[in-house]
Amino acid sequence: MTSTVSMTVNGKQVSAECEGRTLLVQYLREKLALTGTHVGCDTSQCGACVVHVDGISVKSCTMLAHQAEGCDVVTIEGLADGDTLHPMQEAFRENHALQCGFCTPGMVMSAIDMVNRHDTLDEKTVRHQLEGNLCRCTGYHNIVKAILAAHPVMKGTA
Amino acid sequence: MPEGGIGASVKRKEDFRFLTGRGSYTDDEVRAGQLYAHMLRSPHGHAALGSVDTSKAEAAPGVVCVLTGPDADADGIGGLPCGWGITSKDGTPMVEPKWPVIAQGKVRYVGEIVAAVIAETADQAADAAELIEIDYRTLDAAAVTETAHLDGAAQIHDEAPGNLCFDWDFPGEEAAEAVDAAFEAAAHTARLELVNQRIIPHSMEPRAAVAEYDKGEEKLTLYCTAQAAHAMRLLLGAFVLNQPEHKFRVVAPDVGGGFGSKVAPYAEYAIICWASRKLERPVRWLGQRAECFVTDAHGRDHVTEVELALDADGGFTGLRVNTIANMGAYLSAFAPLIPTFLYATLFAGQYTTPAISCNVKAVFTNTSPVDALRGAGRPEATYLLERVIDEAAQATGIDPVEIRKRNFIADDAFPYQTPVALLYDSGSYERALDIALEKSDWSGFAARRSASEANGKLRGIGIASPIEATGAAPSAIAGQLGARAGLYESAQVRFNATGTVTVFAGTHNHGQGHETTFAQLVTDKLGVPLENVEVVEGDTDRAVMGMGTYGSRSLSVGGSAIDRAMDKIIEKGKKIASHLLEASVDDIEFDSGTFTVSGTDRTIGIGEVAFAAYVPHNYPLEELEPGLDEQAFFDPVNFNFPFASYVCEVEVDPETGSVSVERFTAVDDVGTIVNPMIVEGQVHGGLAHGIGQALMEGAVFDENGQPLTGSLMDYTLPRADTVPSFDLDHTETPCPMNPLGAKGVGEIGAIGAPPAVVNAVVDALRSHGVNHVDMPVTSESVWQAIQSANAS
Repeated sequence: MTSTVSMTVNGKQVSAECEGRTLLVQYLREKLALTGTHVGCDTSQCGACVVHVDGISVKSCTMLAHQAEGCDVVTIEGLADGDTLHPMQEAFRENHALQCGFCTPGMVMSAIDMVNRHDTLDEKTVRHQLEGNLCRCTGYHNIVKAILAAHPVMKGTA
Repeated sequence: MPEGGIGASVKRKEDFRFLTGRGSYTDDEVRAGQLYAHMLRSPHGHAALGSVDTSKAEAAPGVVCVLTGPDADADGIGGLPCGWGITSKDGTPMVEPKWPVIAQGKVRYVGEIVAAVIAETADQAADAAELIEIDYRTLDAAAVTETAHLDGAAQIHDEAPGNLCFDWDFPGEEAAEAVDAAFEAAAHTARLELVNQRIIPHSMEPRAAVAEYDKGEEKLTLYCTAQAAHAMRLLLGAFVLNQPEHKFRVVAPDVGGGFGSKVAPYAEYAIICWASRKLERPVRWLGQRAECFVTDAHGRDHVTEVELALDADGGFTGLRVNTIANMGAYLSAFAPLIPTFLYATLFAGQYTTPAISCNVKAVFTNTSPVDALRGAGRPEATYLLERVIDEAAQATGIDPVEIRKRNFIADDAFPYQTPVALLYDSGSYERALDIALEKSDWSGFAARRSASEANGKLRGIGIASPIEATGAAPSAIAGQLGARAGLYESAQVRFNATGTVTVFAGTHNHGQGHETTFAQLVTDKLGVPLENVEVVEGDTDRAVMGMGTYGSRSLSVGGSAIDRAMDKIIEKGKKIASHLLEASVDDIEFDSGTFTVSGTDRTIGIGEVAFAAYVPHNYPLEELEPGLDEQAFFDPVNFNFPFASYVCEVEVDPETGSVSVERFTAVDDVGTIVNPMIVEGQVHGGLAHGIGQALMEGAVFDENGQPLTGSLMDYTLPRADTVPSFDLDHTETPCPMNPLGAKGVGEIGAIGAPPAVVNAVVDALRSHGVNHVDMPVTSESVWQAIQSANAS
């Protein structure tokens, strides 16, 4: 039993047929071929699938596609402007905050939301706020550095 | 000379695609007409397998076929091979039971595949698997490392009495006698019983595979999460699928972390290849995290008794180690190597201990198979050594720094032959420790401890000075020790006609930054701008041969192969240049991308030479082939030996037992550093992995072999708020055994961090009478240790 789900993804109106049990991450990956959003676990622990839904970071494995009907969704593919990276992407590149790249899309999406929610950020806050995103490569050291570096750029205070 | 050569922290070439969602991982590969595989797995640790009734599943919507163990036999599918043989002390070969890709007769661990359903969609395959009816008769299990070999334990394999895989002495009887003598003469001894607990690898990308068989070409293509594409092709093709190498392509595209767990050939890959060949349609499989928990090869799982003999001055005179190593239910590809030659050969550490001996009993249990995991044997060796040294410091009353310094191999003693086979080529151990002490403000610790105590907290400081043997391996030595493959690396450096360069390498990049580091080698040596160099890895149809990435070997072995290929490029380039410049080849010099006639200003760039090689209008065709494309193999004459000194400082809350890592200083020597930014990132990741093992990670099975840590809600991985920022420094002692001077860097953090952390925790707890806490050092185990020390 399938039905049509429509939403805006990275500024484009999209719609696709899917089952009631289809997760938002499956909709993005399998129906829209937006494979930048990753699935790293089955218990909503790893955060590799984080996207923005109506401006808020969401683990897209914990949301049904139907729940995103009519929503405005942004994925990792929707951040850069052509070859110009978003300040958070640029900070990750500059600070070597990624290695294998698998957790990176979720990390970047979570980090942007974190900066949006905080007028100021310190290391302790960044580390605590990153609890929902797992990385096995970097030891988090450079991810924390990157987020602290991107904060003033995104806030226009750099 | 273009920028970005050796020593430059250039930003990574691969980052743009990863940061913009353009990475291409295995599960991103989509094939027209693809089918989905779902593996039905044993819920029992040990059970006789009766009838497997697949009739309802076969009739379910979308199901194309269901495969079982007998089908594998009928179709000539072999068992999963083991790549290393060990000989027991009585001269008999290790017991190597068949590991069928789908269980036959018995299941021996939770997660073992009992049937595979192939259907039009993933959901249909999973739904149909629930309709398979299986008659299990559960059996008593042997799931505990210490007791699996004792009388009365359940028998797992008929051919392995006492569940014993091998019983191995090293280096041999003479050494054991020397150790006995050292203990008889000892002024002091130290002894510990240690558990190096089982951990689960958890690369963030779950294992995945897509297989496609082209009947017209009789060619099989497997995309999979692999660290070693060519080795995967060899092992699966020759031993399992009977698919000839020239008709089998393995592609490891972007891979989301490996840590050793993506080296071995896995049953799922064999099954989907087999299914694709049978059905003539692409078949894909994506591991759920819950499946990865029980089927990705686990790591460690040793129970060890270690004893150190010392003379009156605190000099180490003998080391004796007895270990029981858990192999799991079957032998994974490199499992036998890990608790033997990757383990006991490291027992000298950075020290001059003259007599060392060990016994290792490897046992089968009803648990997931164990294999290489970041460090693989070397963390286990380093842990017992660095822990017993701290215990010896207590026994002798000598400071932990001083006792290490008294026993370090001196800078002028290299090459240094250890009593455990390895010949160390270089090192400067005291210098690294001194820098670590300085950077960690070792001398200011007392004040920080007082400050913690004023807040009701205990504070401890610990050292570890790890060494590791990386760059596997000299093939001839590895062969003598039981390797069933060579361990060279190969590379091809191809100039394109327009002067850009493509490097084809047999290694694989799954986070290590090869696309950047290897390009830097080319920029440095050939003077080609970094943006004009492309590195291709992980495809058996593109790179001619290779053994892959593991054991921190890629730069020192693979990078050296690239270096050798570039030597050949320069040699041929000189011949072409000599023709174009009308000079003798002996007069041609090459530097920074330019060929020069010695002592003149007559020059030609390597780009023009490459163009002439591919457009040979003015070319010595009678003497020289066109083209500028060279291949090299590099087989090192020895391992290389990265070393480090780490200082860890922890705070412990005695009321709750919780431990926090407050400071971590790491001074590493990984030889010549090509990209300092990437090297630091590798150390960061290794340290976090090691802190994870020390403080939180641990795979737990009950006595029936039932995993109790089966999800990321039960198994604790390090998160951003459970590891500190790291304070790094390095010394740079080039390795004399390869042309780059490089040593491995990917594992040393995971090797050195656990003993540094545990030494710090024990230091904090000594005032409460605690002299050891097993990993993972959780708040519960610390609290229990304090309570039981108080009670006694």
